[in-house]
Amino acid sequence: MKHSLIEAVRRVGHRTIDTIWRAGAIAHFFFLVITQSAMSFRRIRLIIREIYFSGVMSLVIIMVSGLFVGMVLGLQGYETLQKYGAEEQMGVLAALSLVRELGPVVSALLFASRAGSAITAEIGLMKATEQLKAMDMMAVDPIARVVAPRFWAGVISMPILAALFSTAGIFGGYIVTVMLVGIDSGVFWGNMQAAVDIRYDVLNGVIKSAVFGVAIAAIATFEGYDAEPTAEGVSAATTRTVVTSALTILALDLVLTAIMLRQVA
Amino acid sequence: MLVEIDNVDFAYGPRPILKGISMAVPRGKVVAIMGGSGCGKTTLLRLIGGQLLASKGTVKVNGQDVATLDREAMYAMRRKMSMLFQFGALFTDMSVFDNVAFQMREHTELPEDMIHDLVLMKLNAVGLRGAAKLFPAELSGGMARRVALARAVALDPMLIMYDEPFAGLDPISLAVVGQTIRKLNNALGATSIVVTHDVVESLQIVDYLYFVADGRVIGQGTPDEIRASTEPFIKQFVHSELDGPVAFHYPAAGYAEDLALAPKSA
Repeated sequence: MKHSLIEAVRRVGHRTIDTIWRAGAIAHFFFLVITQSAMSFRRIRLIIREIYFSGVMSLVIIMVSGLFVGMVLGLQGYETLQKYGAEEQMGVLAALSLVRELGPVVSALLFASRAGSAITAEIGLMKATEQLKAMDMMAVDPIARVVAPRFWAGVISMPILAALFSTAGIFGGYIVTVMLVGIDSGVFWGNMQAAVDIRYDVLNGVIKSAVFGVAIAAIATFEGYDAEPTAEGVSAATTRTVVTSALTILALDLVLTAIMLRQVA
Repeated sequence: MLVEIDNVDFAYGPRPILKGISMAVPRGKVVAIMGGSGCGKTTLLRLIGGQLLASKGTVKVNGQDVATLDREAMYAMRRKMSMLFQFGALFTDMSVFDNVAFQMREHTELPEDMIHDLVLMKLNAVGLRGAAKLFPAELSGGMARRVALARAVALDPMLIMYDEPFAGLDPISLAVVGQTIRKLNNALGATSIVVTHDVVESLQIVDYLYFVADGRVIGQGTPDEIRASTEPFIKQFVHSELDGPVAFHYPAAGYAEDLALAPKSA
């Protein structure tokens, strides 16, 4: 009994120390990425190349998902709003839901799964095959050359992808509401224009997606760089990227939404 | 001397790897460091390259104590050296050409047409000019090692370190890589350190050999001295004897005891 109690306390202690150590390691890593970023911006083609792999290659999943989410939103929204005779507000419902919440959050979750996992796997495999060590031995800092361009590509891509997700979603809502249900097109767009505020709705959505972009890019690059240099290690790191990113996105969304609604109030 | 290792200790956590080891590598020579797996050979290369720091003793390269160098000075030193990793460590997202051109683009302001010519010259030296457009995934193990060799000498380093350059190669590739190491060293006027298990190939291409066991240098000499050595470890290693100072069996409890044929000792 006494032995198992001591063992339990020891395990908790180990986990606490490990968590604190890991938090410190992430902070140190993040600091290094920021301080080593100058080279990435001097050689902007490194970032552009990574934007292609992270951002452009995620376009299909983002646009298609956005379209489907918008169409489902249109069906569900119409079904509910018509009970109150407010089906003409469908455009407002679709735009506000997408721009404020669904756009930034769902596109961030998709981006973490599609691009975040790929970034972690790529950096992790480069570590496992000693490519990062080789680079370091060539007097080329792997954080500046490999990590920073991928980090900034994620940060830049995320708000653009979220905007495209919302655009595709609104178009999906338009297809269902206007083309299938028959709500007047002018009413759909007019009500939307009148209700959506650039400052409080669109800009706040962009801020959210930018914050999510920083979080996903930091988590994905750190997990790759910190991965055990084995097949199992890279696999575990990739899983951690997706899980940690998803939880971080949802937690950050709650905090940001609370802050933004308080500002509006 | 280009590299001087003096009374160096190193441990991975509680596990000691090097125990007061000393060795010296003269300029212009090809020196081999040999020993069994896990004896600390690769650790020695990492200490010379500054990727690890000794817990005791000094490692000097070109007269500079590696442990005292800051990041910039370390990178300045590394620009004059290069390392060939065990499995090449080629950048898999770049072609063979771009792998060899990598350091030229990172560290020099050379125009692209000059880089083009230099890369083809380096690839020609290892016999792979025709493979310039291939990607690492399309190369055999021997070809990848030779590309890594071309990349290692891209900026004509003063010191080239090879970590197990012969591991996993067929006899032809092995001979090609061995001869290329020797020829490149002579052509560039460089100094080479080769960490390897391969006694036969090493004795043909190196000027001097160190034998490392249990974290210490237990024998050294020219290839002729090593061939004639009667020191038990060197004799076992050079003649590939199954048993000797390096036991065939990993330490274990009694065989009969493990098979439950004898009572367990207390």
